[in-house]
Amino acid sequence: MALSANKIDEHVVWQDVTEGLQMHEPATSKGFMTGQWRTNTPVWIKEKCKQCLLCVPYCPDSCILAKDNKRQEFDYDHCKGCGICVKACPFGAIEMKEGQ
Amino acid sequence: MSEKGIPQRMSGNEAVAEAIRQINPDVMPAFPITPSTEIPQFVSSMISNGQIDTEFIPVESEHSSMSAAIGSEAAGARTLTATSSCGLAFMWEVLYVAASNRLPIMLELVNRALSGPININAEHSDSMGARDSGWLQIYAENNQEAYDNTLQAYRIAEHPDVKLPIMVCQDGFITSHAVENITLLPDEPVKAFVGQYEPEHYLLKEDESMAVGPYAISPYCMEAKRAQAQGMLNAKKVILEVAEEFEKLSGRKYGFYEGYQLEDAELAIVAIGSVCGTIKDAIDKLRDQGKKVGLLKVRVFRPFPGEEFAAALKNCKAVAILDRSEGYNAVGGPLGAEITAAMYRAKCTAQTVDIIYGLSGRDVKVSDVERVYDKLGKLAQGEDVFGAYPYLGLRSADASDCV
Repeated sequence: MALSANKIDEHVVWQDVTEGLQMHEPATSKGFMTGQWRTNTPVWIKEKCKQCLLCVPYCPDSCILAKDNKRQEFDYDHCKGCGICVKACPFGAIEMKEGQ
Repeated sequence: MSEKGIPQRMSGNEAVAEAIRQINPDVMPAFPITPSTEIPQFVSSMISNGQIDTEFIPVESEHSSMSAAIGSEAAGARTLTATSSCGLAFMWEVLYVAASNRLPIMLELVNRALSGPININAEHSDSMGARDSGWLQIYAENNQEAYDNTLQAYRIAEHPDVKLPIMVCQDGFITSHAVENITLLPDEPVKAFVGQYEPEHYLLKEDESMAVGPYAISPYCMEAKRAQAQGMLNAKKVILEVAEEFEKLSGRKYGFYEGYQLEDAELAIVAIGSVCGTIKDAIDKLRDQGKKVGLLKVRVFRPFPGEEFAAALKNCKAVAILDRSEGYNAVGGPLGAEITAAMYRAKCTAQTVDIIYGLSGRDVKVSDVERVYDKLGKLAQGEDVFGAYPYLGLRSADASDCV
């Protein structure tokens, strides 16, 4: 019996995959942990942050989320560590650290 | 049950176009190539005349026609295209995409030689080259079978247990352009038999998001491919069920193969397509002389019903497998390879020989077939009468090359 895409993992038997691995639901990329690809990691230095929110739209993977006009911690499940946010920050409030 | 329907005279291409008119598919992307050109041409005329409301998409190549067919079928539209030879070769990449995405597209294939030398006549090298692409393949001997196979095709391909694209094959010119008698079925029962296409999932389904053809990493691809292979395995049952229902409608019986004088045959030929008519004539002549000769005409090549073929050949003493395409593998043709493998698994003890024939439209005469049976008789007696790599009707300085 074909499972929904979010329930398919590396333990699922062939009888349970969808035809052609089609996906029949939206937003399945949430379940794909692209953060595992990261070799370098951006770190948010809260005391330097002015909450200008410039980093938020620069992130190509929507990994900096804002709530009540304030940015939150990185979504490390999906951040690939591209470093664009480091360049975008005018206040040096994001630094790249080596490793995961 | 006697045959039912309307007597007519038509070429194979006309017969297929008539079946398409009755089915009235949603979309037809196509690019012209001899000898299949008439099919999109006839369909275009039917659309212009208001006989059908199929959306015809003129495209710039066969890669595009198959790509458009994939998009259309994934969107939820019943789709078909037609091609031959190099046109099919140009679809190669996307043939696999159609099958792996489980899209039941119908392709009317009018078999023609692949280049080179460049040639426009009948040969099976085009479809045989695509034999591992994941498409179902059904072959016709004549215009009647091309028509009947077209009417059955969507029922097989779209079946929930199958969900695979299907090639309906006929021989270029010999079948596609020769006008023969045919019995057509009335429109209404045909429409009721073929039915509406109602896929469970499709891109234009309003209340469902869907992704088709996602990238898959190694931990998932084998499972996806095995699931796809199950569609091919399941197709055997579905093909027979659809044939049984079609027989009720038409009075004409279909299966994986047609046996002609095969039951008590000691010497048999296995072949595909229009040459089978010639073989039947030779059999009639030889049976009058008391010779126990027969034919296994392959109708379904994908899935390959090896067990059923081997069972039908189990009492033969010698079997010649005729291949209308070169394997270029220094052994023989693809039909020969698969039939002999099936016979080996079934522990058949018959002598076998694979003979290449009819390449690029080379004519096959009744006398050619008689020669095959004559030599088969000697092979059955243990005489090594065929060379290592026999061609039928070849001009050669070495007699062991030819039959």
